[in-house]
Amino acid sequence: MLEIFQYGFALRGLVAGVIIGLIAPLIGIFLVLRRYSLIADTLAHVSLAGIAIGFLLNVNPIMTAMISTVLSSVVIERLRISKKVYGESALAIFLSGSLALAIVLISLAHGFNVGLLNYLFGSIVTVNQSDLYIIGILGALVATVLFLFYKELVYITFDEESAQVSGIPTRTINTWLIVLAALTVSLSIPIVGVLLISALMVIPVVTALQFRQSFGVTILIGELVSLFSVVAGIFTSFYLNLSTGGTIVLISLAIFVVSLGFKKR
Amino acid sequence: MPVDHTQNIIEIEEVSFAYNEDLVLEKVSLNIHKGDYLGVIGPNGGGKTTLIKIILGLLKPSKGVVKMFGEDIHTFKDWTRVGYVPQKVINFDVNFPATVYEVVAMGRFGKIGLFKNLRKEDKKIISDSLRQVEMYDFKDRIIGDLSGGQQQRVFIARALAGQPDVIFLDEPMAGVDVQAQDQFYHLLKKLNHELELTLVFISHDIEAVVNEVTEIAFVNRALTYDENPKKFVKSEMEKLYGDKKFIHHHNHA
Repeated sequence: MLEIFQYGFALRGLVAGVIIGLIAPLIGIFLVLRRYSLIADTLAHVSLAGIAIGFLLNVNPIMTAMISTVLSSVVIERLRISKKVYGESALAIFLSGSLALAIVLISLAHGFNVGLLNYLFGSIVTVNQSDLYIIGILGALVATVLFLFYKELVYITFDEESAQVSGIPTRTINTWLIVLAALTVSLSIPIVGVLLISALMVIPVVTALQFRQSFGVTILIGELVSLFSVVAGIFTSFYLNLSTGGTIVLISLAIFVVSLGFKKR
Repeated sequence: MPVDHTQNIIEIEEVSFAYNEDLVLEKVSLNIHKGDYLGVIGPNGGGKTTLIKIILGLLKPSKGVVKMFGEDIHTFKDWTRVGYVPQKVINFDVNFPATVYEVVAMGRFGKIGLFKNLRKEDKKIISDSLRQVEMYDFKDRIIGDLSGGQQQRVFIARALAGQPDVIFLDEPMAGVDVQAQDQFYHLLKKLNHELELTLVFISHDIEAVVNEVTEIAFVNRALTYDENPKKFVKSEMEKLYGDKKFIHHHNHA
């Protein structure tokens, strides 16, 4: 029998991984097509500050990560709409600002460095039972909201101005998208880690785009690539004793490189 | 039967618009009637795009009143009556993963409303719209793989799928080759005549538009309106350039 299933933590990690593997490309496709891939990376750094706050206050770091990413995502979107700063500058400000905050918080409280390392690079060991519940519930929430706004999101992503003219509440839906992205980032952190989460949202989608298929089929391919990378990554890292997040991302990258050869034009 | 061109569907009264201190539109008034085929022309930077964005509710005028189908634009909710074909061919993502059918389906979304899916009758309307522009056979193709002219017809089909009363076309010929342009003008004429669809055609290419449209509005901060486009443009050009023959023959038989 497969040894991996004898360990509770490994099984929890696998379940959490599958949930994240399903959600990440669903959000990712909208971010990638709107040239907003970097938002995932920015939110990941914000969540690092959130995690540091969690450690400092001794509460579940996923919860603090979630709150800080959701709040920041709304502020980033406001800044972008207000045109006071360029969209990408808003991202850069939040990325470096939250990283700075995280570092200062970490230096304030010594001694939690090992746990933090797991959050940086992801490890299936990190996922405890209450994390799994949070990931499960939020994952279901993200999937449900995406499903409800699916057709509007597709329209806005393709042609925001026309969508607005046809009476679709583009602003509300844009805010939802970025909040969902924030939730997805924070719940993915235990598995893939802060530094690698954006890869899981972006690489499977970019891979799927190489096949030039319909929107529906593209999502399906992205899901398959993502799920395969997550499951294969968890197994490989378990047996070869490698970093989970790193292995997952490397596997998805390998699939992406292969997909480049398939490109038909 | 000729269309009754007296019923106002869009009324613009003394609309002004300024970007910061810069006055782009000054006391512009215009009535668009049911069945009109209105050309909105003028130099780039003259304010025609601003005017259209105001009519479409994308910009708020600094002064003046806009009424859509008799209702003030601030309270107007029935946006599905308005179709829009953006200046898309030159600035859309050719790698976007969507089939022609998926693009045209978007035109139904405003009508269906949130949280609902395409029903059987929506699918029929989508197919009919594709046939209307003679693009049904391309429905499973990826939009980015089509030529500029074909893409533009798909965007027309998307607007038609919303079953609007009026369609705004913003520089629709940008990125479309000359042969496809003739076909495109023919299609627009057909929509205007057979479906009695009101069309508003925004272009900086005065020559091309003047032979097609039945009303013309020249926008350059102020607005001049005429129901005889050819005569209007000829007299304007004569004012500018003397009586040199300026308008080339550009018939679309």
